[in-house]
Amino acid sequence: MTSNRFPAFPELQLALGGQVQSMRNERDGEIYLRASGPDVRPIVQYLCSAHAARVITVFAEDRLSAEGVFYNYYILEQHDNPQYLILQAPVPPDDPEFPSLSAELPALNWQEREIQDWFGLKPIGHPNPRRVSLHDNWPDVHPLLKDFPLETALPPFEGERHLYRPALGEGVLQVPVGPVHAGIIEPGHFSFAVAGEPILYLQLRMFYTHKGTEKLFENLPIHKGVFLAESISGDSSFSHGTAFCQAIERAAEIEVPPAALIMRTILLELERICNHVGDIGAIATDVGFVVANAHASRLREALVILNEQLSGNRLLRGTVCIGGMRRAWREDHVGMLRAALDDFEREFADLIRLIYSSDSTRDRLEHTGILRAEKAKDLGIVGVAGRASGIDLDVRRDHPYAAYRDFSFKVPVYQAGDVWHRMQVRIDEIQEALNIIRSAAERDLRAEHCAPPRPIPPDRCAVSAVEGWRGEIIHWVRTGPNNRLGRCRVKDPSLNNWPALVEAVEGNIIADFPVINKSFNLSYSGTDR
Amino acid sequence: MFRILQKTISTGVVTTSYPSAPAQVSESFRGRPAFDFEHWRNARPAAEVCPTEAISVQDAGESRSVTVDLGRCVFCGLCAEQGADRAVTVTQECELATRDRLHLVTTVEYGLNADGTHRELRAVRSGFSKRDTDLDRVGQNLNSAIQKLLGRSLSIRQVDAGSCNGCELEIVALNNPIYDIERFGIHFVASPRHADMLLVTGPVTRNMELALLKTYRATPEPKVVVAVGACGISGGIFGVNYASLGGVDMVVPVDVYIPGCPPRPQALLHGILLAIGRLGERLHGTSR
Repeated sequence: MTSNRFPAFPELQLALGGQVQSMRNERDGEIYLRASGPDVRPIVQYLCSAHAARVITVFAEDRLSAEGVFYNYYILEQHDNPQYLILQAPVPPDDPEFPSLSAELPALNWQEREIQDWFGLKPIGHPNPRRVSLHDNWPDVHPLLKDFPLETALPPFEGERHLYRPALGEGVLQVPVGPVHAGIIEPGHFSFAVAGEPILYLQLRMFYTHKGTEKLFENLPIHKGVFLAESISGDSSFSHGTAFCQAIERAAEIEVPPAALIMRTILLELERICNHVGDIGAIATDVGFVVANAHASRLREALVILNEQLSGNRLLRGTVCIGGMRRAWREDHVGMLRAALDDFEREFADLIRLIYSSDSTRDRLEHTGILRAEKAKDLGIVGVAGRASGIDLDVRRDHPYAAYRDFSFKVPVYQAGDVWHRMQVRIDEIQEALNIIRSAAERDLRAEHCAPPRPIPPDRCAVSAVEGWRGEIIHWVRTGPNNRLGRCRVKDPSLNNWPALVEAVEGNIIADFPVINKSFNLSYSGTDR
Repeated sequence: MFRILQKTISTGVVTTSYPSAPAQVSESFRGRPAFDFEHWRNARPAAEVCPTEAISVQDAGESRSVTVDLGRCVFCGLCAEQGADRAVTVTQECELATRDRLHLVTTVEYGLNADGTHRELRAVRSGFSKRDTDLDRVGQNLNSAIQKLLGRSLSIRQVDAGSCNGCELEIVALNNPIYDIERFGIHFVASPRHADMLLVTGPVTRNMELALLKTYRATPEPKVVVAVGACGISGGIFGVNYASLGGVDMVVPVDVYIPGCPPRPQALLHGILLAIGRLGERLHGTSR
């Protein structure tokens, strides 16, 4: 079977006429298509219907001083095609509007509103054009404009003004939760409308941890950007760090030595196992199976200790760098890795047996928090949550990076979409990850671990993707002068997936909300940045 | 049930003996950077690579002032890779919690050569090296009334005021069977109204400022506030910007600061025990 390809430019012109202006192959796997104006609806519609493309993310860039224009970028992919298509649409500053795609593509709902918050560009026809990232009571500022200084001290808020959809009807109650939650987790506000026990609907209000990350990237020396990327979402430090480094390496055409690519692959999988086993334990806790969590958290701790042995940091921070890895591994590091994984695999099998043999656990998790496949597709759900609901996406297979081309692995996909299957995806993926790491550890890891440092040329753009343990992470960069950044767009899988939680909890009893939420385990900080 | 018991028995006790025994860290662990100020030839390269400006340099004519702030440090170790003088080394020390923010800051004055290297060391005003048990004891006496009240059984409300979730992962680890914080009579509670201590991670975002304030006000007196991690202490890599107010003490008064990015569980435990005056007893292994 030949793999898919995006249509060539003449074909696009034939279908879309003057709406497309030009197309260039930036580098392997990256095509830039230039639209003639801000209205990309016909182009996106054509690519999605005639060429089965999927819109991954949308974001904007202020190019007023360089080119006198704003750009919106839409990154698209096709099944079975390793290329990304980046649709670049100019938005003139004297008419700062663009037609919204959110009604057709709900996955873009928050992202288009981010553009409105950060750049002041209005998504016309957006079904809910309220503020999202900067809460309702912020002054009227657009912080990602280049003339907005990062350290601007804003006047204090004047009260809370966010309005939630009211819960009306006899016996219908509104249950507000957060932003400070009962557990040791990140902040966000959940407003439940309940009729007795069952949840009628859930409204989310996020972005409590918005800390100006994308603005901070601007003008940041590139080597410091790695550390900022590692702080986007603490549990995905290595994935975000790697996504950022890859973007710069692609932009600057830096060839990463093979040993470093293999080390990255190993640590990416180690991060996946750590988080998956932690989640499996947490899901067990939320249905009262605390013993399973005691074992799971013990197993996670053993891997976190391994992380530290291999990288000097328990969350694998300060390890990846532009060009490869900061330090080489010794022979005994590989030995430690193998020994730790052997112990882990044996104990993990025990843990899974414990969980499988508990009927009450199974009873609580099956048919709980169902996200139907068609809903998941409409909402653009990715990662673990998507694969449990029939969405067969995995960046490692679809757009191979690091050394994933060298290893074969299965991508588990289920249709049921309940908590049990979101756990099952994790169980399967841990096994696959163990196999990948074992094969990778056979390779020669003592060769060169980092490309020699060199200046990063300015004004280069590149997209990079990593399948973090949660799902698809996208970084898009433009380099600036003097080894600094111009722009870095960060899309964490959580940004797509929060609306899935809203769907999945409907009709479930409120007491099951914690376990449903945990089965998605989305990142607040990755969403809010 | 049989399977569960069998697994429990075959696993045995896994809890660490920290803090009565020293913290077990791996040999690769990057802890506190140590500075040989006397032999530091040039602080500028280290300041330039530092991702969080934990090392900053200010030159005025022939003199240079270097500030090292462990409250900003993310323990990346880049500073130790600069310069052939090996004046900065990475230690494995992780117990860095302190009651006084200034204990984390050291200022050093140098005379400069024409090429920007240090000619002479003029003065060291070190918060960290002065940090000793005497100072801790003074702090402990001041707080002894609170400690008497809270020391034996402590309820903690954790507040994420904007963190990346890294600190939360390590705080959650305090509840695992390895670190098992409940063995000290310390437990995490669901409401600030039940809490004696707020364990706050940062940076405090603009969107979380009000929630943090309300949580603080909802916590009954007497209460202790602990700021966790580089971001909780200073804003860390996020610093102060349009969306971030910086450290926790920009919004509520802080009693103890725990450096780290994130602080490992032992470092957290050390800071929590320091805050309730139970450190001496445990570290020296005296039993009650």
